[in-house]
Amino acid sequence: MMTRETTFNISIALLLLAAPIAAHYAGEPFYVTLATRIAVLSLAAVGLNIALGLGGLVSFGHAAFFGIGGYAAGILASHAFAGSPLIFGLPGTQQMPVIWIVAVLFGGFAAFLIGLITLRTAGVYFIMITLAFAQMIFYFAISWPAYGGEDGLPIFVRNQFPGINTLNPLSYFLLCYVLLGLALLLFRLLADSRFGAALQATRQNDVRVASVGIPPYRIRLVAFTISGMFTALAGALFADLNRFVSPSMLSWHMSGELIVLIILGGVGRLFGPVVGAALYVLLEFWLGGITERWQFFLGLILLGVVLFARGGVIGLVAGRARHG
Amino acid sequence: MADPILAIDELVKNFGALKATDHVSLDLRPGEIHALIGPNGAGKTTLISQIAGTQRPDAGRISFDGRDIGALSVAQRARLGLGRTFQVSSLAPEFSALRNVMLAVQAVSGSSFRFFKPVMRDPSLMEPAMAALERAGLAERAHVAVAELSHGERRQVEIAIALAMKSKAFLLDEPMAGMGPEGSSRLTGFLDGLREEAPILLVEHDMNAVFALADRISVLVYGRVIATGTVDEIRADPEVRRAYLGDEA
Ligand SMILES: Nc1ncnc2c1ncn2[C@@H]1O[C@H](COP(=O)(O)OP(=O)(O)OP(=O)(O)O)[C@@H](O)[C@H]1O
Ligand SMILES: [Mg+2]
Repeated sequence: MMTRETTFNISIALLLLAAPIAAHYAGEPFYVTLATRIAVLSLAAVGLNIALGLGGLVSFGHAAFFGIGGYAAGILASHAFAGSPLIFGLPGTQQMPVIWIVAVLFGGFAAFLIGLITLRTAGVYFIMITLAFAQMIFYFAISWPAYGGEDGLPIFVRNQFPGINTLNPLSYFLLCYVLLGLALLLFRLLADSRFGAALQATRQNDVRVASVGIPPYRIRLVAFTISGMFTALAGALFADLNRFVSPSMLSWHMSGELIVLIILGGVGRLFGPVVGAALYVLLEFWLGGITERWQFFLGLILLGVVLFARGGVIGLVAGRARHG
Repeated sequence: MADPILAIDELVKNFGALKATDHVSLDLRPGEIHALIGPNGAGKTTLISQIAGTQRPDAGRISFDGRDIGALSVAQRARLGLGRTFQVSSLAPEFSALRNVMLAVQAVSGSSFRFFKPVMRDPSLMEPAMAALERAGLAERAHVAVAELSHGERRQVEIAIALAMKSKAFLLDEPMAGMGPEGSSRLTGFLDGLREEAPILLVEHDMNAVFALADRISVLVYGRVIATGTVDEIRADPEVRRAYLGDEA
C-alpha cells in the first residue's frame, strides 16, 4: 500500500516532468527554463536536507558549496574556451561529466574542512560560524580578479554532455531532472541506512548516540561532507543554466534561500526540497511580476508555515514523518 | 577474589565550591551487584557520568577491563563495554523503541558508516534488538515512538539498549524510578539474574530492591564514600543510619 506521502511525491515528480515537456511543445521555452531552475534548486536543497533535515545541522553557509560548484563549471569552461591551461598545466574542459566530478570533489573537500571546525560547535554558534566561512569565500571570490571578481564569469557556450544537445532547453532540463532523481534516490537510501539511522539519532539526542558507542562528531562530519557534495553539483548545473557564475551564488542570501526552501517544503522530508523549490520559484515568478516586494509575501507564507504547519507543505498533505 | 572489571581511584570533581566527587575510590567485581546509595545531591549521578565519560573528573583514575579509560570519549568507553542507563531517560524520542535499540545493535555489530542497506530490512539488526526488548519486557510496544511511551516504559527501553550493547559492565542510574511497584519487583527479579552476564553498578533509592539485590553497598554523602560493605554491615552502620537510612534499616 502506498502512503499519502508517496502518492504526493510521485504526483509532484510527474508534474515537474510533464509541465516543461508540455511547455516545450507549446513553444514556450521560458517555462522549461523555469522548471530547470526548480530542479537545480531542488538538488541544492536535497544536499542541505541531509545536513539540516536528517542531521539537524542548520548550516547558514551552504552557498559556499553551491558557489564552489558554480565556479568549478565557470573556471574549467573559461580555460577550455580560451585554450589556456589551469594550474599544473592541466587543461580546462567543457565536458559536464568532468566538471561535475570536479565540482563534487571540491564541494566535498570544502565541506569537510569547514565541518571539521564548525561541527565542534552547536546551535546558534554553528549557524554563525558556517555563515562566517561562507562569507570568507564570498569575499575571496569578489577580490579575485582572474575569474571576474565582482562582475562574475560568463560561460559563453553551455558545456557539453556526450550524446545530448545541452543547448536545447528541454534536453538540459531532462539532464537536471535525472540528476535530481538520482539525488533523491540516494537521499532515501542514506536516510534508511545505518548511517542515516545514526545521523537522525544525533539530531534527536547525541548523548544517546555516543552512549551506545557511535561517535556523533564523525557521523556529522561525513554527513556534512556528503551534503556539500550534492549542493556543489547543483551549483555546477546552475552555472550552466544561467551561463554565468558570480559571487552572488556564494552570498548569504543564497544560503538563506536554501533553508527557506526546505522549511517551506518540509524539513527532512524526501520531497521537501522539491516542493519548496517549486513554490519559491513560482512565487518569485508570479508575485515578482506583480510587485517588487514579492519577498514580503514570501515572508508571510514562511511565517504561516513556521507557526501553523511545522512540517511544511508535505507535513500538511501527509501528516507527521514516520520513523518505523 | 577475581580482579575488578571497573576500578575508580581517588576521583575528584568540583562544581565551583561544591565537592560533587570527593576522593572516591570503589570497584566493581565480576558477577556482583554493587549498589551506590545516598541522599539526593550526594553525587551519585555525577560519579556515573564520570565513569561513562559524559563528565570529566578534575583528578583521579578510572580503569576498566584492565586499561585506563580516562582519556577515552563516551563512544569509545561504550564500545569497550560500559553500558549506562540514564536517571532521566535519554533516548531518541522520534524513533520507535525498536529503532532506539537497533542503534545499539548497530554500534556493536560493526560500522555505522554503511550507506545503502535499509536498517528496517536487516534481520541482523532487528532480531537482536527485538530479543533485547523482549528480555526487558517491552516487546509488544516495540513499534511505538519513544515520545509516546510512559516513563516506566522508557526505563525499559534504556535497559534493553544496555542489554543490546553486550555490555561488560552495567551502570544503572535509578532504573526503578517511575516504574511503579509491580514494575520494580519485576525489574528486581530481572537484575538478580543479569549479574551473571555482567556486573552492575546500581544507583537506586528503592531500598527494598537494594537490600534484595546488592552483594555490596557503598554509601555516598556529600561526594564522599562514608561506608562500603555487605547489606548487613551497612544496615548496622551507625553513621549510615544517621546520614541516610534513618528508619528504613
Ligand atoms: N553540571 C553541574 N553543574 C553544577 N552543579 C552540578 C552539576 N551537576 C550536578 N551538580 C550538583 O552536584 C551535586 C551532585 O549531583 P548529582 O546529580 O550527582 O546527585 P545525585 O546523588 O545523583 O542526586 P539524586 O539522588 O537526586 O539523583 C548536586 O548538588 C548537584 O546540584
Ligand atoms: Mg542522580
